Amino acid sequence: MKKQPFQSSQDSLWARITRSPSFIYVLISPLFLILFGYVIFPFYQSFIQSFGSETGLNNYKKFFSLESTANLEALWTSVYISVISVITCAIVGVLMAFLLERYDFPGRRVLSILVLVPMALPPLVGVLSFTFLYGESGIIPRGIQHLFNLEQVPFKLKGVWGVIVVHTFTMYTYFYLTASAAIKGLDPSLEEAATNLGASRLRIWRKVILPMLTPSIVAAALLVFMISMASYTAPLIFGVERTMTMQIYLSRTNGNLDMAATQSTILSFVSISFLIIMRWYQNKRNYQNLSKGISVHRSEVKSKAMKVVSIVLSVAGVIILLLPILTLILISLSVDGTWTTQVLPPAYTFDHYISLFTDERTWRPIWNSLQMGFVATLGNIIFGVAAAYAMVRLNFKGKTLLDILIMVPWALPGTVVAVNLIAAFSEENIFAFNQVLIGTFWILPLAYFIRHLPLVFRSTSASLMQMDQSIEEASRSLGAGWWMTFRKIVLPLTLTGILAGTLLAFVQSIGEFVASILIYSTSTMPLSVAIFQKMYAFKFGTACAYGVLQIVLILIVLTISERLSKGTAGSAI
Amino acid sequence: MKGVRLQDITKTFGKVHGVKELNIDIQPGEFFTFLGPSGCGKTTTLRMIAGFYYPTDGKIFFDERDVTRLQPNKRDIGMVFQNYALFPHMTVNENIAFGLEVRKFSKQAISEKVDEVRGLVRLEQYGERKINELSGGQQQRVALARALVIKPDILLLDEPLSNLDAKLREETRIEIKRLQAELGVTTVYVTHDQTEAMAMSDRIMVMENGYVQQIGTPQEIYNRPVNRFVSSFIGESNTLEMTVMSIDGEKVIVRNEHGVKLSGLLSNSSPLAPMNKGETIHVSIRPESILQGDGENTLTGEITFVEFTGLSVNYSVKVPGVTLKVMIINTGGKLLQIGDSIQLSIPSRSLYFLGE
Repeated sequence: MKKQPFQSSQDSLWARITRSPSFIYVLISPLFLILFGYVIFPFYQSFIQSFGSETGLNNYKKFFSLESTANLEALWTSVYISVISVITCAIVGVLMAFLLERYDFPGRRVLSILVLVPMALPPLVGVLSFTFLYGESGIIPRGIQHLFNLEQVPFKLKGVWGVIVVHTFTMYTYFYLTASAAIKGLDPSLEEAATNLGASRLRIWRKVILPMLTPSIVAAALLVFMISMASYTAPLIFGVERTMTMQIYLSRTNGNLDMAATQSTILSFVSISFLIIMRWYQNKRNYQNLSKGISVHRSEVKSKAMKVVSIVLSVAGVIILLLPILTLILISLSVDGTWTTQVLPPAYTFDHYISLFTDERTWRPIWNSLQMGFVATLGNIIFGVAAAYAMVRLNFKGKTLLDILIMVPWALPGTVVAVNLIAAFSEENIFAFNQVLIGTFWILPLAYFIRHLPLVFRSTSASLMQMDQSIEEASRSLGAGWWMTFRKIVLPLTLTGILAGTLLAFVQSIGEFVASILIYSTSTMPLSVAIFQKMYAFKFGTACAYGVLQIVLILIVLTISERLSKGTAGSAI
Repeated sequence: MKGVRLQDITKTFGKVHGVKELNIDIQPGEFFTFLGPSGCGKTTTLRMIAGFYYPTDGKIFFDERDVTRLQPNKRDIGMVFQNYALFPHMTVNENIAFGLEVRKFSKQAISEKVDEVRGLVRLEQYGERKINELSGGQQQRVALARALVIKPDILLLDEPLSNLDAKLREETRIEIKRLQAELGVTTVYVTHDQTEAMAMSDRIMVMENGYVQQIGTPQEIYNRPVNRFVSSFIGESNTLEMTVMSIDGEKVIVRNEHGVKLSGLLSNSSPLAPMNKGETIHVSIRPESILQGDGENTLTGEITFVEFTGLSVNYSVKVPGVTLKVMIINTGGKLLQIGDSIQLSIPSRSLYFLGE
């Protein structure tokens, strides 16, 4: 057989360098450099700025001062909204999970598909459709008013409760998903065993079912709390000024950057604490149920009366879940400026959809977002795949640090990310290649890149972990070098994971609003900001057409991801 | 075909010792087995030969060439992994062809070689199958074909049979031995299954806790174990602690503290056993070498356990100071019951004297 000429084992300097145990740190240093430059450094700049130019702790004193309590009130309102949101989301989500996993009733199948619809609503678009539906001049309140000839609208969604209702609608899915996964894994024989031992229904619930669900419920609660604290769109639209995110926004728009930095430092402190608690909890959480092949037995709803009730409730559920999207579609077809006090828009047209792609002014934001999303996602892919490979396959000190640094930007509210970026990149610095980034095209892609840092990383490391290391070793022992192994073995086998994260990062970038609104420049206005502005210019039709476009995009991505994850399950050994 | 020499190999992971001061000389064409319980360092040693670990100390030679720090892809080694490590996104043919493509063979040559080796492992019909469409045994043969097609200097097998069911295991064992003999490739085999090791190997290295316990042919290891670990790990064995009473030429008399006296042969002793009068030593007696009835070293005991396996009857027999495992080949005789008394005899050549 043909043999390659072997080098002697005392080979070149390069070979010796690459074999040195510290060479690995050369390989991973770009990852840390990026995290340092675009996560830690902006954070640090913002932290420095929070102390103001000469006044020391003044800003913090002001924040906690009892004379002007706006900030403390904001902190309190944020916490208060978040706690209530956790409770309402938990009730709705867990209840839905139980109903759909444990009972069979007419309409269950439809409902179990539609229950995830809120996930397809981008935050801004979701809040908008809620105001169209249930706001002061919303379709439902107005409809009831007309129907019963009332003086005033019977109810309207606004203020804190508006925020909480929107939170509940958009975030109960976190509880639903974790709880239904836990219920699926709950061995029915445990309940049977408890019944067999003489326990009553109530006792079984208290002593068996709830304790087994606790880990997933706690995990979801922490997540919902974090997201509620970071929530910005709902308070903005419902006019709740006294929340942390809104205070940051207001300080920034009033030009009080130092105070914005202070507020965002305090908010980051809360968010990062929660991130740490969450990770700690996930690590200690044990997966109690290991029985395989559990067939969940759904109890059928049998009595006639219950059947009727369940049909009515299912129909109501379907309507509630679908209404926001239907409303968006309806309004996207209305003629701009015609809908004032009527229940439904009076005049309809298909023009908005056509002009989305034909009118330069309406097409521009879409194109901007596509471009910026593309750039950001490209960065996410390169960073995410490299970081995932390093994390799963390489051995080095500082792994936990890398992991945490990647997760931090995800835990930080978008508002905070934006404030940090302003603090860091309003002047020239080395990480911006000595440019001022604020006001340029690059600042938004950078923000998107940072906010979506963990997405590709997580999906890729998940598929890498599933891939047995010996597969790579087999390739090496057959003579393939590292690069060839990576190209021919690792990439094809993790492609679905990479793609799933990539698609998610891309649609999220395209819909990103919270950070965008603080740092966009008019020349590169993104889609979400355009929606917001059209709203305020009473161009509801165009705004909703944009929204529908986003939803379609998200649905496409969700479908592809679903296909992909099914594909891997089939081909893995 | 190349020889493998490990010289003073030590491997530590952090502070934990993987293997220590290993010296092995594997002959070209030899079937050499690393045998030991899990965690004994056998897989670590194999992975150092493959190049997935570099030794902390010592050198590895393929023939006269120092490969200690050579990258795994430059070693010309065929390896079969415990879980086969087949590429799940490729067909059987693509899997087998991978190493040939790396070596830049022509398409024509690749397809010929792949067909040939597929015939060798009897997978003629399966070239276009996906890996997940194959049974465990077939996957195993693909892994073997993939390793053999590159005509490696050395073939490494890491517990290749452990994922197969008992029947397939025996069949594949014979298959691997046949291929190895046919191709004459130097083979290093890792297993914790002593039957497998005995049946396949030219020589066996028994390891424990990172140290080599004994290197030798299967007969040497079985009949003349150097210490208690080897004697108890390889096959079943009764190990009795006894004191040397007298040594008279070839004849050795030992007794335990309850007065059981046995006589054996001086030549049946491990080099590590202190064969002097008054010393405490260990005596290893295989269950199958104990006979029922009258003869040398006669003992009478009470049966405390009976197990009928078809091939044999296994008894536990209590004699003063110790319970012996006894295996009597089943010839259709009468089965004794628990509590029955039994007379045993142990031929003096069946005693083997060990140190610690």
